Amino acid sequence: MVIDAKQYDFQALNEQIRAAEGDVTVENCMGHRFIAAGASGRTITINGVPGNALGCYLNCATVVVNGNAQDAVGDTMNDGRIVIHGDAGDAVGYAMRGGQIYVRGNVGYRAGIHMKAYKDKVPAVIIGGHAGSFLGEYQAGGIIIVLGIDCPDDRVIGEFCGTGVHGGRIFIRAHEIKRALPPQVRCEVATDEDLASVRDYIRQYETCFSRKIPDDGKRLFVLSPNSANPYKKMYAVN
Amino acid sequence: MAINYIYPEFEVVRNADRCTACRVCALQCANGVHTYADGVMISDERKCVACHRCVALCPTRALKIVKSDHTFRPNGNWSGQAIEEIYRQAETGGVLLSSMGNPTSLPVYWDKILINASQVTNPPIDPLREPMETRVFLGKKPNGMRRNPDGTLDTRMSPQLELKVPILFSAMSYGSISYNAHASLAQAAAELGTYYNTGEGGLHEDFYQYGANTIVQVASGRFGVHPDYLEAGAAIEIKMGQGAKPGIGGHLPGAKISEDVSETRMIPQGTDAISPAPHHDIYSIEDLRQLVYSLKEATAYRKPIIVKVAAVHNIAAIASGIARSGADVIAIDGFRGGTGAAPTRVRDNVGIPIELALAAVDQRLRDEGIRNEVSLVIGGSVRNSADVVKAVALGADAVYIGTSALIALGCHLCRSCQTGLCNWGIATQRPDLVKRLDPDVGRQRLVNLVSAWNHEIQELMGGMGINSIESMRGNRLMLRGVGLNQTELDIFGIKHAGA
Repeated sequence: MVIDAKQYDFQALNEQIRAAEGDVTVENCMGHRFIAAGASGRTITINGVPGNALGCYLNCATVVVNGNAQDAVGDTMNDGRIVIHGDAGDAVGYAMRGGQIYVRGNVGYRAGIHMKAYKDKVPAVIIGGHAGSFLGEYQAGGIIIVLGIDCPDDRVIGEFCGTGVHGGRIFIRAHEIKRALPPQVRCEVATDEDLASVRDYIRQYETCFSRKIPDDGKRLFVLSPNSANPYKKMYAVN
Repeated sequence: MAINYIYPEFEVVRNADRCTACRVCALQCANGVHTYADGVMISDERKCVACHRCVALCPTRALKIVKSDHTFRPNGNWSGQAIEEIYRQAETGGVLLSSMGNPTSLPVYWDKILINASQVTNPPIDPLREPMETRVFLGKKPNGMRRNPDGTLDTRMSPQLELKVPILFSAMSYGSISYNAHASLAQAAAELGTYYNTGEGGLHEDFYQYGANTIVQVASGRFGVHPDYLEAGAAIEIKMGQGAKPGIGGHLPGAKISEDVSETRMIPQGTDAISPAPHHDIYSIEDLRQLVYSLKEATAYRKPIIVKVAAVHNIAAIASGIARSGADVIAIDGFRGGTGAAPTRVRDNVGIPIELALAAVDQRLRDEGIRNEVSLVIGGSVRNSADVVKAVALGADAVYIGTSALIALGCHLCRSCQTGLCNWGIATQRPDLVKRLDPDVGRQRLVNLVSAWNHEIQELMGGMGINSIESMRGNRLMLRGVGLNQTELDIFGIKHAGA
């Protein structure tokens, strides 16, 4: 079913999407918020620019955006897949619990913060270009990959990457990690085992966007928590 | 030998004539105070938190816990506690961490407000004979009559929560409290026709069956938040703040992250669960509106959205903003509200009394003509049914009780929740301790407490000649202050007793 968003505000548009059976294509999307909130079992294709909180609480649906996306893409997403053929704003994949988000270009601040995981439920955010500051803060699980395509090493991540992490891993493709990292973060060159664990995601990225990872001599670094209890020593029982 | 600066706060007094060295105390104390050696019981008082578990289970009543009369040289400025806190920090370099509500002697305004009763005119009502309505509906109320284009009445309402009693159990997460404590609260809420609140730790799969009596919470850590969870609850609460620690986030120590808690929260077992101070997608009222609407969209506008904030200086303006954010209910938590762990300085110094916050918020929303847009629920701390009546007369629709509910379950306010060694099976995840709290007994004790309070509320209402809680809400003429100054009376909008 095709829905022309031009004639609706966000509430009416989302009501239409909820009421529609099966897959939906939204045309002329211009900042409509909360599209695909909590959606499951269908594909929602968006032509245009969706508004904030696209695919929040998403539940095993697929969302494809032919354009850029705004803030809070996949906020608290549970499962499914979001593909952005462009850039995305701040807080991509905030508190994500499962599923994957693929962003062709860059993302803003606070991507992947508070991501979680449990056993085989492991969320992943794959970013083609660079990420803003506060990437992966308080991360408790899951995988964040920043591919840094056509991006200088000092831009691939911003400040305060991984503050307060206590689980999960962040992969960064660069020649060198140029930014200072917080003390809770350990940074190493990815091992063969690490590479094997993310190869599928990288392949999927290449397929999604018909784009090859350039052979530019960059290496994959892996960031992980260096202590299970990053703040434990700060307290004295009173 | 190391110098020990801190003398134990309590003494374990064991009556040797009564003690049979049966060792029940040693088995019961998770803190390891009591041990058996050479035919006698001995005590390590440094470990005693005065939780009274040993006292309550000693079959011969051989034990009592007394406050030590050991003292520093008396000093009006430097109390023993002030000195010992410095010792603790000098030793560890750590931020002082405490549990449960602010225990300091700041004013309790409930105790300075008195309730009216009818005498000759407008006679009292006998609640044993007359129907007394204590049912409450929480949610947006229409401001006027609306008609459909064909002239018929538009009877559509925003989603409402129906409470048979004006009391809900406040948010306490699975993690901070035990499985059996949650089971007790959930079952009691169902039996009472009210609601318990999951807190920010998600909902254990066993408790989805109580969904119709559950408020599910969404906090900055977003632990356990997913579409089924949002659907499971009768309402969704966004936690912006907590009375015990306004302005800071949560921190569940790794010791309390058991396998079950790890699964429910989706974080690694044994690591600390951190809820950051802000929601990282909310930096303004407009952003709050976005989270409110994202939750409404995800649940197709079928669930009321509650926004919970701590009572802070500008609470009236903050509440006005929340009322305009699309929220259906505002929950305000006062500075006496409980916690499983909070920095001592924050708990004891940040925030304001709920009584003042409630009066200020109710008045501001009325002045702005938006009181109908939201319901008001307050908590922190409501200790008895008279506090409930005073809260309703100051403008609350209902109250949250947390500490009172835990006390009903056996909590002795030893304020050591952060250690995870609760001997009463409440604030712990250790299986041998958790099983000490029988959910059937816990449910019954909670039902007894709230039912008793509801009877008392009916008695107090009857005395005022009021037969419906709706007629008491915001009815400040039913209250008088004692020993309050003019500023306090003005904020409460009440007269002094005798006036």
